[in-house]
Amino acid sequence: MATTTPVGTLYRGGEGMWTWVLHRVTGVAVFFFLFVHVLDTALVRVSPEAYDLVIATYKTPIVNLLEVGLVGAVLYHALNGLRVILVDFWSRGPRYQRQMTWVIAGVWLVVMIPGTYYMMIHTVEALFGSTP
Amino acid sequence: MSAPSIDAPRTPQGGRRTRQRSNFELYSWLFMRISGLVLVFLVLGHLFIMNILDGGVQRINFAFVAGRWASPFWQAWDLTMLWLAMLHGTNGMRTIINDYAERDQTRFWLKMLLYVSAAFIILLGTLVIFTFDPNIG
Repeated sequence: MATTTPVGTLYRGGEGMWTWVLHRVTGVAVFFFLFVHVLDTALVRVSPEAYDLVIATYKTPIVNLLEVGLVGAVLYHALNGLRVILVDFWSRGPRYQRQMTWVIAGVWLVVMIPGTYYMMIHTVEALFGSTP
Repeated sequence: MSAPSIDAPRTPQGGRRTRQRSNFELYSWLFMRISGLVLVFLVLGHLFIMNILDGGVQRINFAFVAGRWASPFWQAWDLTMLWLAMLHGTNGMRTIINDYAERDQTRFWLKMLLYVSAAFIILLGTLVIFTFDPNIG
């Protein structure tokens, strides 16, 4: 039933393909958020109350968690974008593209671990209580 | 079904490509890299200030926005970020539509929807930054 010959595609998997897939997925997600974000910020032209009301949703636990996801998506897109620029313009970029993938994965973790802590600390304290 | 053959690079395509030569895709490719480089600083700076620094999102409200937009520096930051991010994102979406929408009609209308809504968001955001009034309401 299934043919073993790859037909109609030049992509054969590996780090290069998956970084590209993730770049597209994060790019689309961030683009849709940008639409919503300009619309919610536009409420400053309506009234301070309208703006503060919609911003209050950004401070709820679930949306707070989504913000961590947003920052993670933007950070990946930024780091991989820099990797793409190096592959395109640096003479040794293509040779080191695989190593650069592991470098951006490392940088992403190093930024996201403390980043998540500072983004979530208020929510965690509000949900589970803090020692006075 | 036979396996599709892929022509060697720069194989003449029977005059199809010589009809009109435009460097639009080259400039679009270059724009993605230049705007991307600038956006790395603008957007990551924005996310750091808004989500992590000094209490993060919990401290944001109308007064916070009014305080920031009192400064031309942050107005210019946000305006540049808005335009570059929207153009960068719209161009990325254009590429994705071109890649996956196979029917000519589908491709055309998806791109029209994309361009109209992107223009609306860019103009709305620009208007909000330029006409912001801290004493409203």
